[in-house]
Amino acid sequence: MSTDQPIIDVHGLEAWYGRRRILHGVDFRVMPGEIRVIMGGSGSGKSTLLRHLLGLQRPIAGTVKLLGIDVGRASAAERLALRRQLGVSFQGGALFTSMTVGENVALPLREHTRLDENTIRIMSRLKLEVVNLGGFQDLMPSQLSGGMIKRAALARAIVMDPKLLFFDEPSAGLDPVVSAELDELILQLRDAMRMTIVVVTHELESAFKIADTITVLDQGHVLLTGSVDEVRNSDQQRIQDLLNRRPREVEVDVDDYLRRLTEEQT
Amino acid sequence: MNTIARPLERLGRRTVSALAELGYAGMLLLESVYFTLFGWRQGQPVRWRAVAEQMRQVGVDAIPIIAMLSFTIGVMLGIQFIAALGEFGAESQVVLAAAKSITREFGALITGIVVAGRSGSAFAARLGSMVVSQEVDALAVIGIDPVRYLVAPALLAMLVMVPTLTVLADFVAVLGAGLYAGPQLDMPLTAYLLTTLQHLEPRDLWEGLSKSVVFALLITLIGISTGFAVSGGAEGVGRATTRAVVLSISAIVVADMLFSFFLNR
Repeated sequence: MSTDQPIIDVHGLEAWYGRRRILHGVDFRVMPGEIRVIMGGSGSGKSTLLRHLLGLQRPIAGTVKLLGIDVGRASAAERLALRRQLGVSFQGGALFTSMTVGENVALPLREHTRLDENTIRIMSRLKLEVVNLGGFQDLMPSQLSGGMIKRAALARAIVMDPKLLFFDEPSAGLDPVVSAELDELILQLRDAMRMTIVVVTHELESAFKIADTITVLDQGHVLLTGSVDEVRNSDQQRIQDLLNRRPREVEVDVDDYLRRLTEEQT
Repeated sequence: MNTIARPLERLGRRTVSALAELGYAGMLLLESVYFTLFGWRQGQPVRWRAVAEQMRQVGVDAIPIIAMLSFTIGVMLGIQFIAALGEFGAESQVVLAAAKSITREFGALITGIVVAGRSGSAFAARLGSMVVSQEVDALAVIGIDPVRYLVAPALLAMLVMVPTLTVLADFVAVLGAGLYAGPQLDMPLTAYLLTTLQHLEPRDLWEGLSKSVVFALLITLIGISTGFAVSGGAEGVGRATTRAVVLSISAIVVADMLFSFFLNR
């Protein structure tokens, strides 16, 4: 793949939940080898954007292209081929609770390759070593701590050596040391395996540490996409609010307010 | 105006959502059949190991409880038929009455109700908690179709095991009836069982077995579609489990009545 082709290309993406509009014509491009952080407060639409990137939701309007394939229009076979090149680490880990850690990591290999059992075992243990979980393959997910679950999920996400890795909230619910270790791990993965990585987070510190570029989402709009310094020095009010943890000023429209109070339930 | 429109609107919404659920269950069924037959062509094979594991869970593990309950039902039928038919001196017909009512009706019904309580709720709870913890999403992004991996094995296992359990229930219930009614009729157990066999026609067994296949479909599809529809965390999982059991037992009883009506016209 030539370096000037974006690996993710989202154009004019719209999303609705019922009558509530979640994404307003989002444009989003990521170049190969980049670590992109999607940043935004709760309800900014970052999880919805991620679900669209993963093809878990079909866009109502707009296109989502990954590795040159339009996710919304791809055939089942194309989508399957695409998903083999993606790795995803979910917020809660989403390890399969009925399998051991080792079986979890080995599952994509078992389902998608014809490797023999020995190779699968060695490869999955290798990935567990990468995330510093060597020797933990026989434990069940319920026996792991929060940080270990995230790392095991990361091992499962990278076991097929994906071109593109998604990481949802790597530091949510972790203590600062563990979350710093995970940040370090993400940087190492990019350097060692040349992956393109998209991280969704609301942790400023970790975002600034790992990001090459940052996309700031707010209420379904992309406020800015730029380097760490560009985001830091942005003069947009909302971005400075996010960076300085200032509560937003709520503007009250009197008519609207009265209507909401008096409106009959539908 | 509103007093008329409101209930109508609610009725309309309920109807639409019931239809949507029916359509969803139908789609799950079609997709499971598709993956079973052609999944291997797309690199989405239904694994026999998963089917065997499900068969153990829904079938083998249910043998003790189903044997115990159908034995009890058999004894109960023996008591009732002896009492009822004895009133007008038709004790000799007890064997026939017990044989037909067990094979046509009670074997399948008891099996269906026990499996709905054990496995229907288990499907809903397992899938529901997998949805809540994003495990279903994880399967999808790994490139494993959740229907192929989670639904098809359960459906296949149920379609094999529920009829099998029904045959077992039939046998044990007839045994129970014989153990009570045999001595009352001065009949040794072997003679009772042989007479039962003479009275039974293939049609009687088929009626029970075809019902049990329909029960298997209903329990699986209701359990799984309620599980997939879970939202709202642990409380949602609990609600889905209850709903799956209540819905599938109601569906079984209604389907049973319809079957009996049409097969006995």
